[in-house]
Amino acid sequence: MTRLPPALVLGAALSGVFLIAALVSLVWVPHGVTGVSIATRLQPPSATHWLGTDQLGRDLLSMLMVGAQTSIAVALLAVGIGISLGVPLGLAAAANRGGWLDEIIMRGNDLIFAFPSLVIAILITARYGPSASNAILAIGIFNIPVFARVARGAALPLWTLDYILAARTAGKGRFRISAEHILPNIANLLIVQATIQFSLGILAEAALSYVGLGAQPPVPSWGRMLAEAQTMIYTHPMLAVLPGFAIVLTVLGLNLMGDGLRDVLDPRLRRGRA
Amino acid sequence: MARYLLTRALSLGLSLIVASVVIFALIEVIPGDPASYMMGLNATEENLAALRTELGLTGSAVERYLGWIGGMLTGDFGTSYTYRVPVADLVVDRIGVSLPLAIYALTLSTLIAFPIGIIAASRRGTWADHGIMGATQLGIAIPNFWFAMLLVLLFAVTLRWFSAGGFPGWSDPLAALKALTLPAVALALPQASILARVMRSALIDTLEQDYIRTARAKGLSRGQAIRRHALRNALIPVLTIIGLQFSFLIAGAIIIENVFFLPGLGRLIFQGITQRDLIVVESVTMLLVFAVILVTFLVDLAYALVDPRLRRG
Amino acid sequence: MIAVEELSLAIHTTPILRGVGFDIGPGEIFGLVGESGSGKSLTALTLMGLAPRGTRVTGTARLDGTDLLGLSEAQMCRLRGNEIGMIFQEPMTALNPLQTIGAQVAETLTIHGKATRAEALTIARDRLDRVGLSHLPLDRYPHELSGGQRQRVCIAAAIALNPRLLIADEPTTALDVTTQAQILALLRSLVRDDGLALLLITHDLAVVAGMADRIAVMQAGKIVETGPTAQVLARQSHPYTRALFAASAHVPARSPLHVPEPLLEVERVHRHYPGPRQGLRRGPQIEAVRGVSFTLHRGESLGLVGESGCGKSTLTRAILGLDPVQSGDIRIFGRSIVPHMPAGLRAGIQVVFQDPYGSFDPRWRVDRIISEPFHLLSDPPRGENRRARVADALTAVHLSPDDMDKYPHEFSGGQRQRIAIARALITRPKIIVLDEAVSALDVSVRARILDLLAELQAELGLSYLFISHDLTVVRAITDRVLVMQAGQIVEEGPTATVFDAPEHPYTRQLLAAAPRLPMVSEAIT
Repeated sequence: MTRLPPALVLGAALSGVFLIAALVSLVWVPHGVTGVSIATRLQPPSATHWLGTDQLGRDLLSMLMVGAQTSIAVALLAVGIGISLGVPLGLAAAANRGGWLDEIIMRGNDLIFAFPSLVIAILITARYGPSASNAILAIGIFNIPVFARVARGAALPLWTLDYILAARTAGKGRFRISAEHILPNIANLLIVQATIQFSLGILAEAALSYVGLGAQPPVPSWGRMLAEAQTMIYTHPMLAVLPGFAIVLTVLGLNLMGDGLRDVLDPRLRRGRA
Repeated sequence: MARYLLTRALSLGLSLIVASVVIFALIEVIPGDPASYMMGLNATEENLAALRTELGLTGSAVERYLGWIGGMLTGDFGTSYTYRVPVADLVVDRIGVSLPLAIYALTLSTLIAFPIGIIAASRRGTWADHGIMGATQLGIAIPNFWFAMLLVLLFAVTLRWFSAGGFPGWSDPLAALKALTLPAVALALPQASILARVMRSALIDTLEQDYIRTARAKGLSRGQAIRRHALRNALIPVLTIIGLQFSFLIAGAIIIENVFFLPGLGRLIFQGITQRDLIVVESVTMLLVFAVILVTFLVDLAYALVDPRLRRG
Repeated sequence: MIAVEELSLAIHTTPILRGVGFDIGPGEIFGLVGESGSGKSLTALTLMGLAPRGTRVTGTARLDGTDLLGLSEAQMCRLRGNEIGMIFQEPMTALNPLQTIGAQVAETLTIHGKATRAEALTIARDRLDRVGLSHLPLDRYPHELSGGQRQRVCIAAAIALNPRLLIADEPTTALDVTTQAQILALLRSLVRDDGLALLLITHDLAVVAGMADRIAVMQAGKIVETGPTAQVLARQSHPYTRALFAASAHVPARSPLHVPEPLLEVERVHRHYPGPRQGLRRGPQIEAVRGVSFTLHRGESLGLVGESGCGKSTLTRAILGLDPVQSGDIRIFGRSIVPHMPAGLRAGIQVVFQDPYGSFDPRWRVDRIISEPFHLLSDPPRGENRRARVADALTAVHLSPDDMDKYPHEFSGGQRQRIAIARALITRPKIIVLDEAVSALDVSVRARILDLLAELQAELGLSYLFISHDLTVVRAITDRVLVMQAGQIVEEGPTATVFDAPEHPYTRQLLAAAPRLPMVSEAIT
């Protein structure tokens, strides 16, 4: 086993902390996050409230943990939408390079890219009502062309290789070749791209819920915590600083992990080692 | 060259048409009555009917679409339901904030990103490179609206160098620029981080090309080879990213304008959303999409200037 | 003029060059020959001071008394392009795509402060005329030029300041034979007329045999033999030289089998592509194959030679049923494969490709790779039976059955080509298409693969369609040959006849351009 790159280890550790926090929050949080308790509002960190409480007296640590759950779930599902639709489209486009299918898929992709993504996300959530599921849909739609493009871009050079020609002379069709030869060989790149889109999804979710178009109260989310803290930034800056740190560390962790994975999975590097 | 321009221009027009259909469909065609959405739950049937007439929701979808597009082409963006003024007037006021903000941020981002990307690439593997890569990694991870809040906390609340928000208008250009500075910095930082990383990797790729070796064999030093050959070649992928970033800047501006209470297009669209003023939302969205598509077109033109292979024919 | 002594180089701690020494005088062509990995290119880069980072160099390389290895980077910059010019293997990527050719030649002059920009362009014009590009304006961009023209531009830039030494690293390897002959002639005339010294690095013994005054044979970082070209080629005192020479001229023992039973019939086949997209319209269509007809008989080895772009790859793909043809007919075992290849036929015609690295899915084990064509059989062998068939195929190509559980990257280039042959054999086909199947291999490996092909043909009664740009190889392995030019077969006949008494002017031109080794027997006696 070769040594793992430090970026991968650090990134996995950072994002792992928040993933675990999110998982733990499914079964247990230090304090409930739905109850309002004016008596304990805006408390500094203490033994009972490790990170203090917010303007409604909710435990900040608990809020952050449940918020992680929201962020991660939204981003993960949006990545799922992107992969499950984008990758088949990209593979189909590459398998029919230059054909009408390729043309339609790529023009459609260009078009989605031409939209300022967050504007459309805002439009969708504004028209159909703000909710976590609309946020997932809005972010997910913009993941589709990203994965389609990465899959097509990575698949195209493979299609010119002799082993694909050999598979064709072995009588295999484009669909089967895409599944047997192309997909396994571009999986690395897709995994790396998935971590990047995951982190972008967390940023986008935070932005949407910051403007009130993400998960709705009383479900906590990092973005809305920031929005609510904004008016108190003069008096209680920590309320604004902590959720921000949670976002930054999660996104940083995922990006570092993506970089590290790229180093580990890059076939060029592996060939060098072999 | 003419042929290249023509295809790009055609693709520009096509994108605009499809984009307008999508926006129109999202707002007006997909099930759910826009009028009842706008008026809320307590609307009476007469009020709704009146609003439908006012919105021009009475004809078929095709007629309404053509009416909307025709109006946009002649500068008639409809009348805001909440403000009771032509949307075009609202837009003209607000563009004076949003456009300078986007240009300011894009300029800052480029000015920061190019030098540090070049330094990182030409000193690849050194401490300078690792430091820059680490810093940009962090820059990408910071949500711009949170960074904006931190800037306010530091420069407006603690140091009191800038005001925390608002816009004095262009009558005093210096004051206007000052008011846009924190928002522009907040917008530019994550973009600069991305751009610097793209610049670095594009330059590193270019430096591995055969023609760099040829240049070195002609007697160019490493620095000369970078300046005279690598940079211009590396600019091609960088241009793509700058084009895409404009789209992010516009989206980011919606949020940043809200943080700083700037009366820009972003704030207008957001107010439209909260007030359920679909006419404003529809037209301003189309305008923003038009801006993005136009920038993509300009980037395509820039490619042709940089790359002689596109100028053929 | 340049004297290299005891040049050694290590990357980190691995020694790459070991005590390399040679000298070249003015007006002399010195050939440095060796197979891939012998260290010949690294020797050149070291002289230029362009060896990769992390290398440690010892020894001396004196250019008229100045030790190049002792110079600082700034001093080397003044020397490069000025005293020493260099050209490389891949002309397609050697020029900056965003700069005109005039600017790139003139840059050599301006960068050394030898001329103003205007003067430099005048000199650049002169140098481009000198390398035979007088018909090309200075404001052309590289993408408008062919590979041979680009290599000429590189040469013009390298000689712009009349350097004393020109290093040419595999300058013609990426080019067609006729272009190669022209570039070699140009280099020769530069040496004769301008009195510069030329260090010519190549893997091709035939190229140096026709060019160099003196040669050095390099193996594993060492020069094993050196001397005047004729003498080295005649004496071959070092075993490696002998092996290299024998391999280069290797002709496998074959006993041609003649059964007048047509297995593959190609009849007036046309294949064209839509032209390149130009805006909304497409350019004129490209006629890659224009009315080609030929027949391949049982047990026959048929060669198809031609330069790049002549249409031979397109024809190959059509024969394999990978691309459609626009008109004409292709019949395999008497059944037409136009417009679609019947599924049952594919098992009877298999293929071996050029690139031993791109031929296999890197994630598949050899076992799965070789048995992939079983997909063609209606009742493919399974389980132990399948493994036994794979083991047989591996044995047939002289690999071990144990190799089936390994991954392709665990094999050398020659071994990989054996695996590719095993894959082609697995369905027991009658025809094997060999598409540049030995072109990427070093000569010694190539000789052994040719032997293997000859042996398999004799044992299994195979028919070969052998596609190659390499005339020497085609002559060694085929019974009959087709010469293809611009989509058409211009000459056809028994290999020996076509090679000894070519009738078509193009065939003559090809044969004249191909560098040839002097026959060993003649040289020795």
